[in-house]
Amino acid sequence: MATFQINGRAVTVDVDSDTPLLWVIRDDVGLTGTKFGCGIGMCGACTVHVGGRPTRSCITPVGSVDGAEVTTIEGLDPAGRHPLQKAWVDLQVPQCGYCQSGQIMQAAVLLKDFPEPTDQDIDAVMAGNLCRCMTYVRIREAIKQAAAELKETGAHG
Amino acid sequence: MGKLLHNDAALAAVTRRGFLIGASAAGFAFGFTRSALAATADAAPAESAFEPTIWYSMDRDGIVTVNIIRAEMGQHVGTSCAQILADELEVDWANVRIKAVDTDPKWGLMVTGGSWSVWMTYPVFSHAGAAGRTALIEEGAKLLHTTPDKCMARNGAVVAGKRSVTYAEIVRRGGLARSYTADELDKMPVKPASERRLIGRQVPAIDIPSKTDGTAIYGIDARVEGMVYARPKLPPTRNGCKVKTIDDSAAKSVKGYLSSLAIEDPSDTVPGWVMVFAESYPAAIRAADLVTVDWDVDQASLVSEADIVAHGAQQIADPKGGAHVVDDKGVEEAFAAAKSTLDATYRTSSVLHAQLEPVNALAFEKDGIVEIHTGNQWQSLILPVLSKALALPPEKIVMRTYLLGGGFGRRLNGDYAVPAALATRALGKPVKMILTRADDMQFDSIRSPSIQTLRMAFDDGGNVTAMEHHASAGWPTLVMASGFMAKGADGQPYDQFAIAGADHWYDVGAQRVRALSNDMANRAFRPGWLRSVGPGWTNWAVESFMDEAAHKLGLDPVAFRLRMLNGKGRNAGSAPTAVGGALRQAAVLKRAAEKGGWGQTMPKDTGLGIATTFGQERDMPTWVSCVARVSVDRKTGFVKLEKLTLVADAGTVVDPDGALAQMQGAALWGASMALHEGSEFVKGRVKDSNLDTYTPLRMGDTPDIEVEFVASTEPPCGLGEPATTVVGPAIGNAIFAATGARLRDLPIRPAAVLEALRQS
Repeated sequence: MATFQINGRAVTVDVDSDTPLLWVIRDDVGLTGTKFGCGIGMCGACTVHVGGRPTRSCITPVGSVDGAEVTTIEGLDPAGRHPLQKAWVDLQVPQCGYCQSGQIMQAAVLLKDFPEPTDQDIDAVMAGNLCRCMTYVRIREAIKQAAAELKETGAHG
Repeated sequence: MGKLLHNDAALAAVTRRGFLIGASAAGFAFGFTRSALAATADAAPAESAFEPTIWYSMDRDGIVTVNIIRAEMGQHVGTSCAQILADELEVDWANVRIKAVDTDPKWGLMVTGGSWSVWMTYPVFSHAGAAGRTALIEEGAKLLHTTPDKCMARNGAVVAGKRSVTYAEIVRRGGLARSYTADELDKMPVKPASERRLIGRQVPAIDIPSKTDGTAIYGIDARVEGMVYARPKLPPTRNGCKVKTIDDSAAKSVKGYLSSLAIEDPSDTVPGWVMVFAESYPAAIRAADLVTVDWDVDQASLVSEADIVAHGAQQIADPKGGAHVVDDKGVEEAFAAAKSTLDATYRTSSVLHAQLEPVNALAFEKDGIVEIHTGNQWQSLILPVLSKALALPPEKIVMRTYLLGGGFGRRLNGDYAVPAALATRALGKPVKMILTRADDMQFDSIRSPSIQTLRMAFDDGGNVTAMEHHASAGWPTLVMASGFMAKGADGQPYDQFAIAGADHWYDVGAQRVRALSNDMANRAFRPGWLRSVGPGWTNWAVESFMDEAAHKLGLDPVAFRLRMLNGKGRNAGSAPTAVGGALRQAAVLKRAAEKGGWGQTMPKDTGLGIATTFGQERDMPTWVSCVARVSVDRKTGFVKLEKLTLVADAGTVVDPDGALAQMQGAALWGASMALHEGSEFVKGRVKDSNLDTYTPLRMGDTPDIEVEFVASTEPPCGLGEPATTVVGPAIGNAIFAATGARLRDLPIRPAAVLEALRQS
């Protein structure tokens, strides 16, 4: 049993507390935008925010988020128009798209921590997110474009 | 051949079924109603619709729905195919929708691979669009009280001078009962290139928005009420294992564990697989870990990569055997008369697909039909296998294709559909089977290890007089689709996809290409088609060897190649797609050299390497060249890939941004396989089981990439793979240019660089 907030909504799930958060999100809560890639925290496809920090949900026991706030790709922006999401569409980043929820969730925290990220910041923070289609050139560009938009609109909290 | 309201009843039935499933799944329909990318049909055409061929329909509002038989796996194939059709049909892009279809036989060969999609679809959709345009003009002319020759089609309307009538209006009038035979379609007047309005124009890919907000639905997201989850317990080897006993006593402690079942598979696709069922997938993962199975184990459990490569070396050493793909007269004579010769042997290691979505399938039976919901690249290949496995006629099986979380050739082999389908029949319940990453990697259809020996003969003047290429590797097409194999000059069948590239466009005098099926590999695992397939390893050999030959002769590697890309004889090229032949390859080589700074002085231990190929196959040549810039750390052997410059001539580029994305991704695949990937087959299985030890290229490894397309109006050729084929040898040649160290094995590990430095 675990109770937590997901995308602003309280949920209680009746599962073993060591069940990976990933499967609870996908199969119990029913939000499938968060993806299963490796199950060992090496690919980043399952990245969500827990308390605002990027977290690999495939290796996070649901018991450990009891009482916490979880945000998934579906809850990043109510209209799906976060500056990163806009940049992702504008620069046509996704190919197969399977890793992109995780890429965007990771990048969202990157921009909070590094509002004007350098290439080195991007290399370091995005290192844990594998893109098998290898859209890295565009991911980098899109992060910079979103950073520029955020800077212009002063949207940082 | 199509007709008005073609197959309307069938469509309505599909819609009903799809809708019921969707509705019963408590809001988690696996249909993709928003952008029509998944399998459920949205709405049957209204009573008045125009459907001149099976490929599209136009409704009363002028909305065109294009039927896409290709898998959407990152190439935005629905978008580019629809662009071809909409251009000929002269409709506004905003009124175009795409729909992924089921596996009705009417769709013909359903395969998404070989970089064929745009190339194959182009003539079909051009003619289908032209047919619709012609019919609409004829009908519009009647409504405008004029003759068709006074009308033209633009932006979804038929225009005659200042008067016009929209397509929607024409459809609403309902007089469009046109149908066309295949012959008639072939004669439809396709527009000249100068009249293209959508082809070559950048349009936003239809599948992209849903891939940024979590709404895209992949196979792994498919669900249906009442389904149980399954994870397979895999036998020690791919082939030949038999279940003796299953002990699930320990698994019974897992909450939600249901049962375990040895799969009986008449098709022998998944011999020795045990399915472990549970109420949730995490429970299935845990339970499968705790189930113990005793198998009769196949002898392949004793086979390792070194054995396979050694076997290939023996095959090459034996002049008998294999298929002669190119077999010119005079090879022996040329070598006997040669002033000098060059020999070299190249090897490549096993490579994993590691597509990020592990293979999975949802199967259930409904109304006597077995439905399989999954992402798949070659439905026409796996359907007959499913038919055999299930002992059901093909019309009782339907596959519904979802977005693929990466294909790269892995899902050309639809093996994963078989155990899910067998399990649902045995259980009488819907079964959702997912492989863990470790399961997926263990029974990936890997790119086979390969070994190749090349020889070249030179005369007194340093001219090439003969060349031999002997290649041994596992043959995916033999193992999984033997009916598709080509026949060699000597009548021997061979896997053309495992040797393509060796039959290059260089004029080398008397040429021999011999393809050898590594039967030890074929037995030990199930060789697969992996992005660029054979050209991914044959060109590692050919283009490294060309560099070695140029240096042996003291010639510039670009000048040496250009001398042989002379477009003579069989390398002159031919219609429809190989027009221009080797001269087009020469042009991209020259342009890449120029663009990549060929000939510039480089800093210490930094070098430029060049390579050029024709992409995948001689009858669909995508001419491509690459300059790689690397720097080498002599102390550690570490190779830093600094920049890739690529030039491609793919004929007409239909979707410029999609084409660029494919070039970028394919080039980085080439870099990743050259420097970061490569596994090893050890005692019946690949040694890597997850992404901790199998390490494809990541953000920080990504070099600068520049891509240029040659402007062309020739028929379009594929772009999903060609860039993969040039990057490895360009990197190897750059390492040589930087340090004098010659690498002949892929992947290039720092230890191998250090060893080559010692020998240089």
